[in-house]
Formats: sequence, C-alpha cells, structure tokens
Amino acid sequence: MTFNMKKAGLTLAMTGALSSVAYVANAEEEVQKGGTAIIHMISEQRILNPGLRASTGVYNITGKIMEPLIDKSYEGYEPVLATEWSGSEDGKAITVKLREGVNWHDGEPFTCDDVAFSAIELWKGLLNYSSALQANLESVDCPDPHTAVFNYSKPMPLELFVAAMPDLGHPVPKHLYEGTDILKNEYNTAPVGTGPFKFVEYQRGQYVLAEKNDDYWREGYPYLDRIVWRFIKDKSAAAAALEAGEVHESGFIGVSMADVDRFSKDDRFDVGTQGYENNVAHSTVEFNHRNPILADVKVRQAMYHGLDIDYAIQTVMHGFAKPGRGPVPSAGGINYTDEVPTYAYDTELAKTMLDEAGYPVQDDGYRFHLRHRPAPWGEYTQLWAEYFSQAMKEIDIDVEILTNDAPGFLNGVYRDHDFDTANGWHQFRSDPAVSTMVWLRSGQPEGTPWTNQFGWKSDEMDQLIDTAASELDVEKRAAMYHEIQTKAMEELPVIFAIEHPFISVTSKKLHNHHNTPRWNSSSWYDLWLEQ
Amino acid sequence: MTLHMPPILVYALRRLAQAIPVVILIMIGTFLLLKLAPGDTVDALVGDMGGADAAFIARLRAEYGLDQPIWVQLWRYMVKLASFDFGWSFVYEQPVSTVLMERLGTTLMLMAASLSIAFTAGIALGAIAARRAYSATDNLISVLGLVFYATPSFFLSLMLMLVFSVKLGWLPVGGIKTIAAFYTGWDHVWDVIRHLIMPTAALSLIYLAFYLRLMRASVMEVADLDYVRTARAKGAKEGRLMIHHIMRNALLPVITLLGLQFSTVLGGSIVVETIFTLPGLGQLAYQSVVQRDMNTLMGIIFLCAIIVVVVNFLTDLLYARLDSRIELA
Repeated sequence: MTFNMKKAGLTLAMTGALSSVAYVANAEEEVQKGGTAIIHMISEQRILNPGLRASTGVYNITGKIMEPLIDKSYEGYEPVLATEWSGSEDGKAITVKLREGVNWHDGEPFTCDDVAFSAIELWKGLLNYSSALQANLESVDCPDPHTAVFNYSKPMPLELFVAAMPDLGHPVPKHLYEGTDILKNEYNTAPVGTGPFKFVEYQRGQYVLAEKNDDYWREGYPYLDRIVWRFIKDKSAAAAALEAGEVHESGFIGVSMADVDRFSKDDRFDVGTQGYENNVAHSTVEFNHRNPILADVKVRQAMYHGLDIDYAIQTVMHGFAKPGRGPVPSAGGINYTDEVPTYAYDTELAKTMLDEAGYPVQDDGYRFHLRHRPAPWGEYTQLWAEYFSQAMKEIDIDVEILTNDAPGFLNGVYRDHDFDTANGWHQFRSDPAVSTMVWLRSGQPEGTPWTNQFGWKSDEMDQLIDTAASELDVEKRAAMYHEIQTKAMEELPVIFAIEHPFISVTSKKLHNHHNTPRWNSSSWYDLWLEQ
Repeated sequence: MTLHMPPILVYALRRLAQAIPVVILIMIGTFLLLKLAPGDTVDALVGDMGGADAAFIARLRAEYGLDQPIWVQLWRYMVKLASFDFGWSFVYEQPVSTVLMERLGTTLMLMAASLSIAFTAGIALGAIAARRAYSATDNLISVLGLVFYATPSFFLSLMLMLVFSVKLGWLPVGGIKTIAAFYTGWDHVWDVIRHLIMPTAALSLIYLAFYLRLMRASVMEVADLDYVRTARAKGAKEGRLMIHHIMRNALLPVITLLGLQFSTVLGGSIVVETIFTLPGLGQLAYQSVVQRDMNTLMGIIFLCAIIVVVVNFLTDLLYARLDSRIELA
C-alpha cells in the first residue's frame, strides 16, 4: 500500500470522529423483551473462564455468564457481586461486602468461600496479569458468608484493587472447582456463573449459545432470551453476515477498515468507538535498544518527528483514534496528563537531528537500514507498519518490513530480539500498574511478550514504577504516573504513537448497546432487540 | 501350507504394506516441518490472550511438554500415534480424536457433494462438448469451463455470498445450520442443505472444469478408435455406442484424476470452509496452523493421509472394474 504523503495536509484531530459516534438512546422507546442477539467474533475462544484467562475475547462471551465483583460504568465503578469495599489504613487489608441472595446457575448460593477460593487458587496463581497484581496476596478471610477480607503482605492501593476487579475479579463456583485439576476442569468451557445468561452449548468452530437466566438477581432482567456468539474468521464474510442481518454486532474491529467506513454511512448500523473507553490500546513503535543507532535518544526523537501521526490516524484508522501521549492513555483518568513533551511532524527537523546525531545520508541514499517486524494483530497494524516504513524513507531511513504470523512475531521481537523496530498494539487495563508499566520496567522475565524486552533500562523509571504501584495516596500516585508519562515521552523507550479504542459495527435493531466503557465485556443485562 | 487368498485381498494387503511407511514418513516430516516454524502453541495462546507473565508461560509450556527436546516430543508423539492416540488439543481442551470426529462429517458432506456434482456434471458436459466438437454448444461449454477454472474459490465464495445472501437473501451467509432455530427432522435436513449449497458450488466448479476438459479430450480421442468405428459399422446405435463403448473407456483417465484430486479437494476445503464458517477439517486445519495446535494438525494430516490412501485404493478397484485388461494382484 502506498500512502500519499502530499495529502499530509490532513491534520485533522480525531476528536470530531470520536464525539460523533455516541449512540443516542431514545427514552421514549418501549423495551421489547425476547429475541436472540447474534454477535460476531473473529476468533474462537479456547477457554470460557475469565477467572483463568484475562482476555477481551473471553470476556466478550463470559461477561454475560460470569460476573465480576465490581464493574465499570460511565459514572464510575459499579457494584456487581460486591456491594461495598474499603481499605485499611496501612493498605494491607481490603474488605469487600458481597451481594446476598445471589445463586450460581446450578442453584448453589454465592458466598465468600467462592471469592476466597477464586482469589487464592485462580487470581493469584493462574490468571494472566493477575498473578503479578496479586503477588502479595497472603489470604482471604471470610468472617461471614458475605464479607471477604483480602490480606496483603505489602500495601495494596484500594484504587488499584478496584480498577483491576472488572477484568481480574471474576469468582468461580468453589463447589465445582475445589479438588479438581483447575486447568482441565470441564466448567472452563461450560461456565457456571451468576450472570443474566446461562451457558447452553459451545459448538467448536461455530458458536457459543447462552440463554436467559430466569433466576437473575437483578429483577426484571435480562431482556433478551438468548445470545449467540458466531465465530467468523473471514472479515468479508462477517461484513456480509452483518448486511444480511444474520449478525447484530461485530466488535473489536471485526470487519475491515474499508467496511467500517462503508457501514458508517449505512443508516442501518451504529459505527463507532463508544463502549471501548476501558479497552483503549496504543499502536506503538518499539525499538531494539541493543542496536547502538537506536540506543541514541536523539535518533528516536528524530524518528518521532518524522511521523505524521494525524495523517496516519486519518488513513490507517479512518479517524477513529488520536495521538498517543505516553504509556497512560487519555482514558486513564486521574493518572493521565497531556502536559508532556510532544514531537510535531517536521521532516526537516528530523533530518537535522539525525545529522547531528552522526547519521548523515550515505552513498546508497540512506542514513541507516532497519529491519521492522509488524505484529499480525489485524489489518491496521500492518498498515501502520507500511506507513512507518514510508515515513522513515522521507527522512532517509530504509525500513525493511519482515512479515510474520503471531508466534513468529512474539518470538522474533520478545524472545530472540531479531528486529530493529517493531509495531503492534498494547491494551491499557484500567490502571497503569496492571498493564502498560511492564513496557518500561526493566528486569522483566526473559522472553515474556508485551514486556520490556527491548534492552532499555532506567533506574529512575524503575523506582518510580515500583513506588507508584504501592502508593496509597491517590493524588501522590497520580503525580508519579504523570512523571512516568513525561519521562517516557522524553526518553521514548517505546513510541506510544496512536491511542485508539476499538470499533464496533452494530445493527440499530439492538438497543442499550455500548452504554458502558467496557461494554463488550459487560453483562448486557439491559440489552434488547427490536423484533 | 500355501494360503490362497482372493486377488483383491492380496492387493489390499500389499497396498496397506506400502501405505504404512508412507504415512509414517509423512507424519515425521510434518512434525519436523511444523517444529521449524517459529513459535509454538503457547506463543499463539498468549498472542490470543493479549499477554501473559513469564511464570504463566513457563507453566503452560511445561504442562504441554513443549519444554522437552524436539526428539523426545517426536518419539512420544509417534508412540502414542501407534495406538491411534492423537493426543490432547491444547487449543480446544479436548482429545484430538474428539475434535476431529466433530469436524469430519461436515467435510465429508462437503466433499461428497462437491465431487459428485463436479464429476457428474463434468463428464456429462465434457461428453456433450466432445460429441458436438467445434459447434456453438462446444464453444459455450468450453468457455464456461475456462471461466470456472480461472475463478479463485475465495472470490467465487464472496460473490455467491454477495448475490444470494446479501442482495437476494435466499441463502444463509455461513455456518452449517441456523443457530438457535432448533430445527428437527426434515426441517433440519433442509436447513443443512441450504447452508451447503454455496460452499458446494464454490468448491465444485473448479473441479467441474477439470473433469469437463479431460472428458472432452478423452471422448474425442476414444471416438476415433477402431473399435468404435467397427461397432458403428456393425450398426450399433449412437446412444448405445456412447454409453457402452465410448464413455466406458473415456472415463478411465477421469477416474484416475478423481482419485488423485481427492487430496486437492481437501486442500480446497480449507478456503471454502474458512469463508463460509463451516465447522469442517479444512477450517480446523487453518486454525490449527495459525494457533500452532500441533497435535490437532498432525491428527488432520494423519486422517487425510489415510483417506487419500483409501480413496486411491477404491479408485484402483473401480479402474479394474471398468478396464478388464487391468489385474489387481
């Protein structure tokens, strides 16, 4: 693909694109009960247990069947299976009051025993991302069946605990898991939860079916009779299914960007990024700092000046994104600041900086050559790589793109370090301590994907990250993350170039959709279908 | 003591003896080739999950036996395979045999429908074209054959979908049945047939073109042979001449091609099943490659190797039945 650099005058900010996609709910409309909502998923899920797999694909299905202690709404954190939470003064104990009168889908009551078992056996030991978060969890006490006390060996900020719960706080029924091999437990693919929908069947390669839970604790809900998640790998086929009315929603950019554009002009569909505020991701440029050229901060800064981020947003992301401002996205709440150094698109300045860094243009017309690995996480990561390569050519840097599939990319970048630059996207999960800090903190276990395997180390940054993770004062903690963000934008260990939520295409027959900041992961108890 | 076995049994045993080392070599070669590809199922798994910490990754790798040297993994696999134990799919969290059996039916249905249509329509059109060689009918059939042959199945699939599902709304976009419709009896059968119409068309047309071209050439060649001329001189009617003398002999190369193409159709089903979301072996093979689901992929290849061996054996039997000059033993 060739980008027309002359069109770089397109310096539109993306705010317009984002603000125009809010789905307006009509309060006058009468709710219709019943019906089957059919949801497109691009990839099949191996495990349907959010207590064992922290993954938006897993939540997309299981969020309706299994509920977290706390969820997130546009108004803030919302009680689900927990009703209240508080922290001790020393930060080493967090007390959670649990909802009473809730039953698992098999009729057994939900109690603190389920939470204690899940926290120790799954969240601390087996759940990705959570095992680091809960590393200092020592025990969970149950003074009564509806109170859980989480005991930590080091202070755990309540704010961090709460922020992590929507993704990393799904209890499993102890009576179905205790005494079994948890990883091979049959309920990992046939989940039993407390949610508004009950699991019915999982037909491999085809669909997952869930039906209404008549015993749901929210009275009068859910509205739908059934939800079907259909696995359609081919994006064109998914677009055809949407058009034919066989699918009502395709999330997480499940159709091609060209089709996103097309559907956005079709009155039958809502297209936009609303409902993904909690699933914001960064499209990155990652550097291998073992390469002495890229170890020079001036080179990295010059390369940032060579990128026309606004142009890339318009062409690659069709306007559904905005420029990144470091490791904390604008959805990061109090921990985010936009008062950080930025790098305006200026190829002449970039060239001058590269000359000053000691990399003039050589006889072959280039300053140096780079081998670039794009992540195969979707169409736009490939397009972003194409743009990066072309933009670098403008400042006389040759970038050769090495195409690879997912395992090839992960090994090439994170294990074998066989790259100079790479790009992919990384998802922010409510709190910097749970997600993006692993990109900057040195000493990550060797070869772990999506962590700092880039050969970059800063003692100052390491100390800041560690202190912020256990700081109990919310204001002080936020100030530390602002400092981290500023330092990351100065040093550029990674360029967090583009901040983008995901994009959904949703049939207008669905109502109350995308009404929470992690909608695809939430329970959909109030979703209804016009029939 | 000399055992007097029927020739067909001797032939079957001989073919079996030849097939065993072939299948073993295929399995070892495939295993090593797959190991040469960068990354393993754990890499694919954490790729899907959006990340995991090092301890989690190491634990999974140890649990799946992927921390062992490659020769140890190969030896373990082949020992299990000897007792038809295909192992455990770490992607589907089920025994591979269960995963394969769930998918086999769909692929066999798709292949049987596609090959039957391609074969019968191909030989019929080929014969008509040959008997009316260089006429307008022949030209029309030949051009159609070329168009079918030149159209990639993914393009044809999407075009069929666009016309018959999106624009006309006659046929479902994909899948093998209408989900949550809970059809039973003949309603269920009709529902499955409706879901198979477009995939069958997309898969069969290219093979129809193969058979058409080959049958046309073969009929034209046989029709000029002496025994046909003799039969005609003896007063045989054209219909009888065509069916008993020309077609019977003209079919021999087409039947050879049918056996050989069985494996190609299996390959073609990867694209068609993926686009139409048909839960068959083709779609499973594609996903297994992407997800580095080694055991499942090896199971598919084993199953395909066995199917191809059996189909070629059956083709040879049919060949012998049609051509009395050929002896099996």
